[in-house]
Order: sequence, then C-alpha cells, then structure tokens
Amino acid sequence: MRRERAPLLIAVLAALGAAFFIAPLVGLIVRTPWGSAVQSLLAPDTLQALRLSLEASLSATAIALFLGVPLAWVYARIDFPGRSVLRALTTLPMVLPPVVGGIALLLAFGRRGLLGAWLDNSFGITLPFTTAGVVMAETFVAMPFLVLTVEAGLRSMDRRYEEAARALGAHRWTVFTRVTLPLVAPSLVAGSILCWARALGEFGATITFAGNFPGVTQTMPLAVYLLLETNPESSFVLSLVLLSVSLLVLIGLRDRWLGTA
Amino acid sequence: MSLEVDLRLTLGPLALQMELVIEEGEIVALLGPNGAGKTTLLRAIAGLVPIDAGHVRLDGEVLEDAATRRYVRTEDRSIGVVFQDYLLFPHLSVLDNVAFGLRSRGADGAQAWSRAMEWLERVGLGRYAKARPAQLSGGERQRVALARALAPEPRLLLLDEPLAALDVTTRAEVRRDLKNHLDSFRGLRLVVTHDPLEAVSLADRLIVMEAGRHVQSGTPAEVTERPRSRYVADLVGVNLFRGEAEHGSIRTPDGPVVAATDAISGAVFAVIHPRAVSVHRVRPEGSPRNVWSGRAGGVELLGDRARVRIEGDTPMVAEVSRAALIDLELARGGDVWLSFKATDVVVYPA
Repeated sequence: MRRERAPLLIAVLAALGAAFFIAPLVGLIVRTPWGSAVQSLLAPDTLQALRLSLEASLSATAIALFLGVPLAWVYARIDFPGRSVLRALTTLPMVLPPVVGGIALLLAFGRRGLLGAWLDNSFGITLPFTTAGVVMAETFVAMPFLVLTVEAGLRSMDRRYEEAARALGAHRWTVFTRVTLPLVAPSLVAGSILCWARALGEFGATITFAGNFPGVTQTMPLAVYLLLETNPESSFVLSLVLLSVSLLVLIGLRDRWLGTA
Repeated sequence: MSLEVDLRLTLGPLALQMELVIEEGEIVALLGPNGAGKTTLLRAIAGLVPIDAGHVRLDGEVLEDAATRRYVRTEDRSIGVVFQDYLLFPHLSVLDNVAFGLRSRGADGAQAWSRAMEWLERVGLGRYAKARPAQLSGGERQRVALARALAPEPRLLLLDEPLAALDVTTRAEVRRDLKNHLDSFRGLRLVVTHDPLEAVSLADRLIVMEAGRHVQSGTPAEVTERPRSRYVADLVGVNLFRGEAEHGSIRTPDGPVVAATDAISGAVFAVIHPRAVSVHRVRPEGSPRNVWSGRAGGVELLGDRARVRIEGDTPMVAEVSRAALIDLELARGGDVWLSFKATDVVVYPA
C-alpha cells in the first residue's frame, strides 16, 4: 500500500506549526542548568511550593470528583429546562481568562463578597489568601474538565447494564455505585487526571484569589514566575518539572484512555 | 400462579396492543418478526417501558395499572430477565454476576456467594467462578446469564432472544440445556424469539405477534398446521390464502378462485403445501381443478428437492424434484403453469 504524501505547501506549514511547539521545549531543556538541577529542586522554598502544589491540586481533584461526578450524572441523565445554559455556565472556567475567574471568586467569596461576608460574619471563615483559597481557585478552573469527561462517559455507556441491574433487584444507589461508576471508570480516571493536571498548572485564578504567600498560597507555577526574576536558573528547573508532569499525563491518557494510536 | 398482561403503549413507530396470560406449568414463546414489538412487550412486563393503558398482574398482584397509576418498579418486581446479548457485568467476576441479584435482594456476602456457586455448578460452570465474562464463550455466557436470572428465584422468568447471539454450531446444544433448565424452573416462563425453531423446541404454547398485535396462539402443532398470517405461513413454508368460501370455492381478494373440497363457508384461510403444487411449462389438462399461470422465480435447494417461487398475481411456492427442476429449466425463469388438486387445499375458518 502506498502512503499518502502531503502536498509541499501543507507539509511546510505543518512543520512550522510543529516547530512552534517544539522550539520552546528544546530551549527549556538546553538552557536548564543540569549541574545545579538537584540543588535547585531541593531548596526549601521549592520543596515547600512543590508540596503545597501537590496537596492543593490533589484536594481540588478530590472535591471535583465528589461534586463533579454527581453534576455530570445530572447533565447526562436528567432532562430539565435550562440544562444547556447551566452546563455552559459551569463549563465557562475552561474558556474564561483565569484572572477573571479569580476576580469573580473574590467578589463571591472575598471578605466583602456575596457569600464571603456571610461566611466571615457567621462562622469566622475567611477563604481568600488562604490555602483553602488555593484549592477553591484550582477547583473552579479544573473541575469542568472532569465534569465534561465524565458526562461524555456516562452518555456513551450502554445503559442496558443499568436495566439488567434493576431487573436483578438493585435500587438506584446500588445501580449507580456497583454498575454505573465501574463502567465509566475509564472516564473517571481520564477526567481526574485532566483535572489534576489543570489544577497543578493553575496560576491566574490562584494568584488573584489566594495571593502569593510562600508556604500558604505560593504554588509551583507562582514560584516559577517569581524565581524568574530572582533566580532564573531555578525557575528553568521547576518549569521542566512541571513540563515533565504534563507530558507524562498526556502520554498516559493517550495510551490508556483516549484510545488513539 | 399466573401472569396477566393487557396493555397498550406507543413507542416511536410501534403501536403495541397485546393481551396475554401465562399460566403455571406452561412455557410460552412470543414469536414474531423483527420490529413486531416482542422485546418492547417484555420490557413493559419488566417495568422498563411505561404503558399507556391497561395492566400487568403477577399472581394477582398489580405490577402496573395505567388506570390507578400504580407502578411497581422493575427492581421491586419478582422477575428474572435474560437479556439479548446477556448484559453480564464486564467488571465483575462470573460469580459476582450470579450473586448480584441475591445481594441486591438483601442476602449477605457469604450466603450470596455460596448460593451463586451452587447455581454456577448447576449450569456446569463452577470452574469459571473467578473468570470475567469476556473470557467465556457465547454459550457459557448464556448459561451464566440464565444462572444470574434464576439465582434470586423469581416468580417470572423472561428471556429475550436467548440464543440469537450464538453461532449455529453451539446453538443446538445450548438450546437443549436451556430447555432442561426451563423445564425445572417452577415459576412462570416467557421466551421472546424470532426463530420458529427456537420457539417450537422451547415452548409448549406459541403466541405469534406482528406489528404490535396478537396474530395467533396455540400449541406449536396448532400454529404450524393452521397458520393465520403470511408470516407464520412463510415460517412453516406453506402457501396461505385468505378469502371467502362458498360452495367449495374460495374467492381471494387478489384474484384467483381456489377450488377446495371442504364444505365450510364464510371467511377462511386456505393452506396448500408446496409439495402439492405441480409446475408445468405448458398448460396442463387433467383432473386438478386449480390451474393458473405465473413466472418461475427464485429457486432454493432442499436436499434432493427444490422450492421454486412462482411470481404472478398470486405468488406461490412449489416443491419439485431436482430432476424436474432440470427438465423444466426452472432456474432460467420464464412462464410456467402451476396446478394443485382441490383435495390438497386445507381450509379452516379465519
């Protein structure tokens, strides 16, 4: 069988397009000071940022699973007026500039925000500029990835398995936990990983809503940005760490759940 | 113990209106072409499709009644369903699949597993308890599906095309096993199928439905001897006419008058077996009272015989020997005459 060849113009443009992505990666790898890489990574500030990033992004993913799977289920299974509008609103953070998201969060949960003032006055709970605020900002930006992935999984699963479970006497909750969730497990995993990767890289909403306090709200992306001015070589190393994580996520998803060769 | 169904429902292009009763001790097959509404009827009995009117009663208990708006949920009905494609849970082991119904209905883990294991042994699959459904053959999956449906000891067992997913070689064996299990099950039994062989070999009463409606019911012998629709006649492989009988002749709506010897009159069905139909290249002259012309169409070989479709105003099927097929060059088509004796026409009231 003959392979199809791309016309010259298309081949050139495609190569340029690919180079546009590859060049920065190469630049990062070439300019990383490998000699002092370990030292930069093990610096106390870096470790602190790394730990905070992992904790916050994993918490955000856990919250996204806890709230996002039910939301996805409702979108996939319940027909109600305004469903597409609601879905659009909850998907908005995917396309919204993260800074705008951060400002919106401030206006809702800030000390003088709609809900924030009430939380502060009634319970003494302050969210902005705390680690909880970081988790909120990350959840806000990352959860839509999980919701959309799980909804797609729920829509494409064979619902007759649920009917088979009902015919065996399983009530709705049993059907959901013992049949529906296991059958959409690949979507749950893929959605969680996408969500986690997005949360890990979150910058704009975090810095706007939670600020940039080392040890409290300074996550890896924030640390990288700051180090760029004070210690650029360290910021290259951290950038490479973040890049590797993203690459691993992409490769893992591609081979195991996205089904592309 | 009995199942009483009398319902009406509309689902897309299908308008279903059916009434049926299944009594204890009988195995009933619901037979009909694809799209007749068999599966929809089964799903309505299971409570998976809402009904527009009528009721479903099991042992006198109302499972659903459109008039009083009573509806017992599928999971609360004492039913077992073997679905088409079986729908074994792919993420559970074979044993967990069989135990699923027991656990849903409240048995604790150990008890459910030991009873599920008994059922697996009973269908001869004890050694596959830990396997996943995907590791089993089609016939084995069918047996697991049956064990899973039977394990909670439902009062009503519904089977939807239980053998359709199997290849022809395993079908006969699985059918025999299935028949044995159906015979030993003490509840009510309903099998949905489009395969007449399956219906006749599994059931002792057939209900034939077409386009959402009841066409005919009776023992396999009654249905095959006296088909009441083109569908059944084609399944059985006989020629069927419907018409008005008077003084030994039957006037059919689309033309020919069939001479018969039976003396009944009024609306009747007439059946002529293909073996009784002779084919000629020239107009025959002789005793047969029914003679008409047509064109030779498709030929189907059955051992040393052949069935020839005769096209015309009234299509018919004739069965001839292979020698006759060659002598008359029926395979090349062309005009033919066919004849059959009035005494070979079986007539019964419509």
